[in-house]
Amino acid sequence: MMLSALFFYLFAIMCVGAGFMVIAAKNPVHAVLFLILAFFNAAGLFVLLGAEFLAMILVVVYVGAVLVLFLFVVMMLDVDFAELRAGFLKYLPVGVVVGILLLVELVFVVSTWITAPALFTDAPMPPAAEVSNTKALGEILYTRYVYLFEAAGLILLVAMVGAIVLTLHHKRDVRRQSIAAQVGRTREMAVEVVEVESGRGLK
Amino acid sequence: MTIGLSHYLTVAAVLFTIGIFGIFLNRKNVIVILMSIELMLLAVNINLVAFSAFHGDLVGQVFTLIVLTVAAAEAAIGLAIVVVYFRNRGTIDVAEIDLLKG
Repeated sequence: MMLSALFFYLFAIMCVGAGFMVIAAKNPVHAVLFLILAFFNAAGLFVLLGAEFLAMILVVVYVGAVLVLFLFVVMMLDVDFAELRAGFLKYLPVGVVVGILLLVELVFVVSTWITAPALFTDAPMPPAAEVSNTKALGEILYTRYVYLFEAAGLILLVAMVGAIVLTLHHKRDVRRQSIAAQVGRTREMAVEVVEVESGRGLK
Repeated sequence: MTIGLSHYLTVAAVLFTIGIFGIFLNRKNVIVILMSIELMLLAVNINLVAFSAFHGDLVGQVFTLIVLTVAAAEAAIGLAIVVVYFRNRGTIDVAEIDLLKG
C-alpha cells in the first residue's frame, strides 16, 4: 500500500512536470520528448489503476506512433521557432489567470465529489485475480460494444484517407510509366515502313 | 495514506489546466497547440480510467479506447494540415491563417 502510494506520487509528479515542460520548452523537439515522458508516466498511473491494457496501448500506439509522427513533423518543417515564440510573455498574465481560475474550479469540483451509494454499474469489472484486464476488456468490447469498436475503426480509416489525400501530391515534371498505353500499343502505332528513294532521304 | 479517486482526479485536473495554459501561452505555434490538445485528452483519459477503476465499471475503459482512437485520428489529420499549410505558405504561425477572412 505504501509502495503504491509512493509510485503514485512519483508518476503524478513526473507526469505533471513533464506536461509543464511541454508548454515551456524552447525547442519543440524537446517539447515532444517531454510529451513522451508525460505519456509514459500516465501509462504508469494506468498500471496503478489496474488498466494494464490501456497502459500498454498508450505506450505502443501513442508513444510509438502518434508522438513519433509529431517528432517527424517537427523535424521536417524548417520553421524559425524563436520567431513563433515572440509574444510568449505578452500572453502569460491572461494565461495564468485563466489557468488558475480553471484549476480552482476543477479542484473544487473534485474535492466535493460524492458518489451515489446505489451506483448503477453497466459492466461490472471481474476480479483481477480471475480474469485479466485485457481479457475482461475484450469480452465486452467485442460483444456489447462491437458497433462502437467498428465505428472506431471507421474513424481511423477516414483519418488515414484524409491524411493521405491532404499530403500526397504529384510533381509535374516527373515522367511516369503508363502501363495501359504501353500494353495498348499495336504494331501500326509503333512501326512504319517507308520506301526511300536513294539520295533523297526522308523528311 | 491511501490513494483515492480524488488524487487521480486532481492529477488530471492539473494536466488539463496545463493544456489550456499551453494554448494561451503558445498562440502562434500550431504544433505546440496540438501537443497541448494531446495533454488535455490525456487528462480526460486519466479521469475516465480512474472512475472506471474506482467504480468497478469497465465501460470507462472502453470509452478511453475510443477517445484514444479519436485523438490519434485528430493528431494525424492535424499534422497533415500543418504540413500542407507549411508547404503552401512557408510558416505555421496561427495568426497568418486568414485565407478565409474569418
